[in-house]
Amino acid sequence: MPYLGGEEALRDLRRALSNPHVQAEPLRYRAAVLRVIRLMTQGADVSGLFAEMVKAGAAADVVQKKLVQLYVCAHAPRLPRLALLAVNTLRRDCADPSPAVRGLALRGLCDLRMPGMQEYVQQPLLNGLRDRASYVRRIAVLGCAKVHRLQGDAEVDGALVNELYSLLRDQDPIVVVNCLRALEEILKKEGGVVINKPIAHHLLNRMADLDQWGQSEVLAFLLRYRPRSEEELFNILNLLDGYLKSSSPSVVMAATKLFLVLAREYPHVQADVLVRVKGPLLAACTSESRELCFTALCHVRQILGSLPGHFSSHYKKFFCSYSEPHYIKCQKMEVLCELVNDENVQQVLEELKGYCTDISVELAQGAISAIGSIARTYTEQCVGILTELLGLQQEHITSAVVQAFRDLVWLCPQCTDAVCQALPGCEDIIQDGEGKQALIWLLGAHGEKVPNAPYVLEDFVENVKTEVFPAVKMELLTALVRLFLSRPAECQDMLGRLLYHCIEEEKDMSVRDRGLFYYRLLQSGVDEVKRVLCSPKSDPSLGLLEDQTEQPVNTWASEFNTLAPIYGKARWALVTAHQPGEPCYAFSPSTDSGNRGTESLISEGSKEVLKVHPDTGSLTLIPDVTLTAEQFEKTWLSLDVGCQQSLPWVGTVHPDTIQTALHVVHIRTIAMSKAGVQPWKAYFIAQDDSGCLFLTELLLEAEDSGMQVAVKQSEAKPEALQAFMSVFRTAVEAVAGLRS
Amino acid sequence: MISQLFILSSKGDRLVYRNFRGDGGDDVTDAFYRAVTSLPGDRAPVFMAREGRHFVHVRHGGLYVGVTTTADTSPFVLVEFLNRLVTLLREHCGTLSEKSVSVNVALVHELLGEMVDFGYIQTTATEVLRSATHGEPETTKAFSLLDLRSVGLFGAETQQSKVAPGSITNRPVLPPRGEQPARSELFVDVVERLTVVIAANGTPLKVDVQGEIRLKSFVPGGCELRMGLTEELSVGTEEQRGYGRLPLAAVAFHSSVDLEEFEQERVLRVTPGPGEVTLMRYQLAEDVPVPLPFRLLPSVEWDPAGRLRIHLKLRCDLPPKQGDPTLCPPSPPSSHAINVVLQLPLPREASSLAQELSSPEQTAELQGGGRCLRWAIPRCQGGAQLGAVFRVQLPPTPPLGLGPAALTFELPALTVSGLRLRCLRLSAPPGAPPAPPQRWVRHLTHSDSYVVRL
Repeated sequence: MPYLGGEEALRDLRRALSNPHVQAEPLRYRAAVLRVIRLMTQGADVSGLFAEMVKAGAAADVVQKKLVQLYVCAHAPRLPRLALLAVNTLRRDCADPSPAVRGLALRGLCDLRMPGMQEYVQQPLLNGLRDRASYVRRIAVLGCAKVHRLQGDAEVDGALVNELYSLLRDQDPIVVVNCLRALEEILKKEGGVVINKPIAHHLLNRMADLDQWGQSEVLAFLLRYRPRSEEELFNILNLLDGYLKSSSPSVVMAATKLFLVLAREYPHVQADVLVRVKGPLLAACTSESRELCFTALCHVRQILGSLPGHFSSHYKKFFCSYSEPHYIKCQKMEVLCELVNDENVQQVLEELKGYCTDISVELAQGAISAIGSIARTYTEQCVGILTELLGLQQEHITSAVVQAFRDLVWLCPQCTDAVCQALPGCEDIIQDGEGKQALIWLLGAHGEKVPNAPYVLEDFVENVKTEVFPAVKMELLTALVRLFLSRPAECQDMLGRLLYHCIEEEKDMSVRDRGLFYYRLLQSGVDEVKRVLCSPKSDPSLGLLEDQTEQPVNTWASEFNTLAPIYGKARWALVTAHQPGEPCYAFSPSTDSGNRGTESLISEGSKEVLKVHPDTGSLTLIPDVTLTAEQFEKTWLSLDVGCQQSLPWVGTVHPDTIQTALHVVHIRTIAMSKAGVQPWKAYFIAQDDSGCLFLTELLLEAEDSGMQVAVKQSEAKPEALQAFMSVFRTAVEAVAGLRS
Repeated sequence: MISQLFILSSKGDRLVYRNFRGDGGDDVTDAFYRAVTSLPGDRAPVFMAREGRHFVHVRHGGLYVGVTTTADTSPFVLVEFLNRLVTLLREHCGTLSEKSVSVNVALVHELLGEMVDFGYIQTTATEVLRSATHGEPETTKAFSLLDLRSVGLFGAETQQSKVAPGSITNRPVLPPRGEQPARSELFVDVVERLTVVIAANGTPLKVDVQGEIRLKSFVPGGCELRMGLTEELSVGTEEQRGYGRLPLAAVAFHSSVDLEEFEQERVLRVTPGPGEVTLMRYQLAEDVPVPLPFRLLPSVEWDPAGRLRIHLKLRCDLPPKQGDPTLCPPSPPSSHAINVVLQLPLPREASSLAQELSSPEQTAELQGGGRCLRWAIPRCQGGAQLGAVFRVQLPPTPPLGLGPAALTFELPALTVSGLRLRCLRLSAPPGAPPAPPQRWVRHLTHSDSYVVRL
């Protein structure tokens, strides 16, 4: 924990900041301000100095102004009343003759994240949009987006949007890009900024003026444009051709994505683009920046998913370097597994074999399982290498090899004999649970081919009392029963001993249950046991299925150059599943802000609602329900009320707050009355993952009568209805609690 | 889109923290640091999803420079931005270390304010940022050995055959405001990275040479620089490039480079502003034989009691003292390798090591709990052959899996590809500066990965 100052330090700083001698010397004054910022960055509470800091912001020193702004913006949401002190200074600075000061002040003003700022910001913002200096215009344009975000769900100001659209023709390239960004945020609900033909072509013509960041961003916006004709499409692609050769990888990737998406109906164009991007991607893969290298490798894997042979001739680029960090080596091994073909298999295996003896245990085991997965296609060579590795008699290597063998035998039965010959001797070396499980499985399933299999298993049975992993014991039971079927004479005695131990002495419930299960099964006769246990010992079709995963480019083109390829498919699904989306902010204009802003209260409320979510069991509401008001009306009239309830409610309703709170739990508003109208009514729609619709009516007749809730359901599912009611109630109660 | 940006010290203290979008609490960095430190060593992946946020970070000079972001943002933009930020911090603070950032924290905040607004990248151009910031950089004396870029510049070679010390570029690019720059200087570095895998029989399996021409300028803008490269250079695939002696497979130029004279004369023209840019990145064609700087001749004897006798002969195949005088410019007077380190993984944990080395400045030791033998040679002359005998005590099982050996080294004043700067001319702008800027040209090769299988 760093030293955070405490009372003493704060008092010192306050004294320094209000000392007229310090104030008279710009450098000393700035140094004092700087100390406050340092403390703030370290996490100390310096909100007590707000008044002094605001005063310091009025000084002429620009550096000091910037530092004070940083401070004020960080604390404004918590101290809205005091922050108003700063507003005056900032508004005055917005009319300063120097564009730098004007821009700075405008940025500061828009960054004050607290309710009720709109009226102060509006005029300076409009002036800023028409400022002579491009520096100020840039800031003003983004300022519009900031103010809109602050207002939450307030309606979009049409005049402002038009002004921003016209600013797309601005001289300054950064103003243009900022306009796109601002419009995107302001019009988010309507699907973002509209890229029509004139805008698209205007942007294409301005591309050359932009820096790399602007170029990548504009290329991403152009994804939205659909060319009208084939001719237009190819014109656009020609115009953008140069960006595939840009020296900045981010521009190259953005251009690649645009090509892939625009040419979705022209597979040969897509293939051609992927060939051309090979060079830049390979250069990025061998870049000095490890981070860039990693990102590029993830995208190489994405491409390999569709075009397995795409990088095969460059396989040497994916050999691991000695000094590379672990995460890059792992990615490279995965890439090597995917690009292996008849020509390079020898070299790739040779290289992977080198990693198997690496000092890092994880890397060595990773390399062994990589060889194991190549073995599905090049079985003989790989089994040879893996067998050779057993000769090293290293614990972690032997364990990984046996595991690779187990997975392989299941998919490629032709190598069973070779594997069975290699197994003897492994039992003395393997110590970990995973490895033991794999070995026991192999001995049980293919014991008839390993002469000493019963004796190896006997050793395990002897030592079962000291075995720590329950999974190993379970595996041992299954294996021994199986082996008993093929070699009864050698196994009968020890199977009896094992069953006795598992049923009478074993403490682990699952092992005991498994023991009892096999005991009863054996009582019902050998034929019955055979019928249950002698399932096929391999499934070659599974291997074929896994090889057929070549997806068309179009399935991932829209995810290219996002974080999705970085995490990989499985982890990406996991990551996005837990993401509630960007937190929502809303301010209802009349909400009285207590000692903390409404912002934090709303988000706390919604968090609570989300926490309730898992408890509701089977109910999952999907985020985007598409139902028009007319459809809603029709459905509503055709259904009967499934559930009616009254919720406590006092006072008037703030539609925005309710809307936001319900939106967070994926309940969408269809229509609602204005604030203050009586009776007040609102209609909502939600849908769960099974497709069942929930139509809800909220009715508030008089101020103190309580809120009437009526829910209709498209399919009669009482459980889901209960769950939905509890979600709905929690959300409404959160809003009610907020107000009282 | 960038939600938050932070710079953390290696101990997890926040040096700089900006919350551009105002979402989320201030404990974001703690979550990040917990996630990073829960993983051993170099395992921390560049991208992490924690507590509903996506973290992206790079590590330089012991600092974590990271951002949080939304899922649909381009990862390439983020990584490139972070790398650019690190370069800019180096330019403005001299070196990048905990000390230099905390001393210059006001300047860093000013920079970030101009670079990113509301999470959107505005500009990263040195000149623009210079005109928009007002703080003065303060230099620190601290010299970080972790900073690879400064290590790579020893034994520099210039046209005047003077040597620029390695630390000379570790100062802020921008002179204090209102003063004439103390020295107007210009550094051009041709840096190559060598990735090699040599098979057990001595044939090279993979030879990969990647190069960069970096320019670091302390000269006020407006001068045009003409840079002549080796004329034998040729670019493209085998059919396109003809018979050049120095074929490059791929070249990428910075957007500011004027290539008008490149096709004919192999001249790059650029008008640099103050700051650091990578003018050109290139990659040597794979099918070209490159003289390899080192050869390793091992012989291993093993006796059943577990004693392992490893005899290593390391031959440095760099051209010996006298270079070819007909070359223009003449090749450097002596070629040698420095900081040579050989690492040899052992099959088992070794309990003891006895060594016979050929000179006292060399050292050898066991590392990683006896799993790795490390032989360090501070300096190795071209043409020299070094021998060493190691006796290692291992547990008595067959010694399979010895090696592969990995070498790291630097070759000052030499590019393995042979690409050199022929000339470097600076044409003065109309209002000529009082003194012509000092120009330094440095060539360097370092080993990215030099692996010899045994």
